[in-house]
Amino acid sequence: MSDSALRIKLFKTMVLARTLDDRMAKLKAQGEVAGSAFLGRGQEAFSGAAGIRLRPGDVFAPLIRDQAGRLAFGESLLDVTRTVLGRRTGPMRGRDGNVHRGDWPAGRLPMISHLGAMVGTVVGTLLARRIAGRQQAGDLNVGVAAIGDGGMNTGALHEALNAAAVERLPLILLVADNQYAYSTSTDRTFACKHLVERAVGYGMAGHRCDGTDADACLDTVGEAIAAARAGKGPQMVVADLLRLAGHGTHDDASYVAEDVKSRFGDCLQLHERTLTQQGILDVAAIAAMRDEARTQVEAAVEQARAEPQPDPAAEEWMARSERDLVNLRAP
Amino acid sequence: MKYLEAIRLAQAELLAEDKRVFIYGQDIAGPFGGAFKATKGLSERFPERVLNSPISEDAMTAIAIGAAMDGLRPIVEFQFADFASVAFNQLVNHAGTIYYRTGLPCPIVARLPAGGTPGGGPFHCQMPEAWVSHHPGLVVVAPATVADAYFMLKDAVACRDPVVFIEHKYLYYHLEAEFDPRTAEHPGLGRAVVRRPGEDLTIVAWSGMVHHALAAAAELDANHGISAEVVDLRCVRPLDSETILASLSRTGRIIIASEGWPVGGPGAEVAALVAERGFTYLDAPPVRLAAQDTPIPFHPDLFAAHHPDDQAIVQAALDLAKF
Repeated sequence: MSDSALRIKLFKTMVLARTLDDRMAKLKAQGEVAGSAFLGRGQEAFSGAAGIRLRPGDVFAPLIRDQAGRLAFGESLLDVTRTVLGRRTGPMRGRDGNVHRGDWPAGRLPMISHLGAMVGTVVGTLLARRIAGRQQAGDLNVGVAAIGDGGMNTGALHEALNAAAVERLPLILLVADNQYAYSTSTDRTFACKHLVERAVGYGMAGHRCDGTDADACLDTVGEAIAAARAGKGPQMVVADLLRLAGHGTHDDASYVAEDVKSRFGDCLQLHERTLTQQGILDVAAIAAMRDEARTQVEAAVEQARAEPQPDPAAEEWMARSERDLVNLRAP
Repeated sequence: MKYLEAIRLAQAELLAEDKRVFIYGQDIAGPFGGAFKATKGLSERFPERVLNSPISEDAMTAIAIGAAMDGLRPIVEFQFADFASVAFNQLVNHAGTIYYRTGLPCPIVARLPAGGTPGGGPFHCQMPEAWVSHHPGLVVVAPATVADAYFMLKDAVACRDPVVFIEHKYLYYHLEAEFDPRTAEHPGLGRAVVRRPGEDLTIVAWSGMVHHALAAAAELDANHGISAEVVDLRCVRPLDSETILASLSRTGRIIIASEGWPVGGPGAEVAALVAERGFTYLDAPPVRLAAQDTPIPFHPDLFAAHHPDDQAIVQAALDLAKF
């Protein structure tokens, strides 16, 4: 069992992520968000546990439902509100939106939509560190790549995991099996009993945990990351959980079967119950956390709202970093 | 020095001069040294930075992107350009979008052995420039000479943007030239050059087709009294439109010769450029020569008839001169 401070930290991260997601959904309903808003409800424990177990110098390639992990690994609320509201001041400057944001100097890769595509990219950053001699044996900086049950079936993912295993790189694949690839249930998307069975085929260590149990997530993800840091090669962690929202706010998730819903609790409620029952947090402390989260989120929304949108007339319509290729010559 | 040797020399020097450079690809390590031997002897000298990859074109490219973002200057060798279609997503949706989306550079070089050789068939002979050139954010180059194979590879690695480096397989061993990097001319990466000056018409080509164009120009001059100017695009995206239009303004007639298919490639782009910005220079409609609009056939006779050669260019020039 992790220490109380870490368990509280995860709870606080989960509260903040949920508060932020709820606010983004409301902004969408209020017509302030272009496209959909993509929520991580139900996945905060698993994602947040990974973010908490990372350290500066590590790499994180979050996916659609990793608000909690992003926050825990250093993302600011302003990065989120500015990107979701398409503000020029945000990291994507209105050129890309919602969950595609990142901050690479801080170790957070900006995802593309194609599932599996970021896994190989994380592998590349880890290979680069080895080649450049920037890793310390036995205490490696690691890379976490997030994926879901749907993305587990892409060719890109397969190629990337195999390459990571061949090079024995400190990659941790975080698999959130949230029971549906968009609307398609897992009986139509894979035939093995459990996704963690695939780990052995790649020559990776496999771990599984109950994704609704924050303590289990903290422990299991922590073990996997520690193993990767120690040089034991790539790790796969599969969490069983349920997405408690649609794919995006456009999706009412009416396809989720009742018996599936009855199998999964809400990780945030469950963690709250555990922490209060064990006397680690009391109702007043939790209420204060929620208030603080709301205040912080509201401030980030208000600040982003007040900031400028991108200006099409002032936009530099240039997709290349090199402006002058005609005269470009190697030194 | 042969064209392939120039590529190998450039890579050897890049590895020696810059610790950020590493090469990743199938079968490239020693003693094999690559399907075409472009990396022969390199893994022995740089074992940490010349690495065999699994047959995983998507991951090879994704890994290069990650390594580039982390400060390295990766070169990915595809075994055949045709197989880079497996990496299409990483090239166009990932490498090609990073700078615009984030403001960060993505300096990868993807080396694509391209072009036809008899018996190669539909999946070992393709010219990939059309499909990669459509997408913003990528630089696409196609060197035709020994000097360009050397200099443009070095320039591609120096470039902060992703570069698709199309090298012609037929030229690997069939093109040989005196070459001294210390004295040879070194135009910038994106510059088109006039390979042979002429007055009566312009032939635009790139990659292996440049040599058909030069042979055609020599024959037109020797046997038909026609002076043809040959423009080698070198870089097919972005196009050096000024050099193309300047040549057209001198000659008034233009043939665009492509080894690749007719629809939607650099040949179509040059024709569009000429129509939009060179209309008043034209004394005759622009002529496009391209491959047959079919997959590339296996049989050497069918293969030879599939794409234009010097005789096809000569015939087109004779027709154009009469217009």
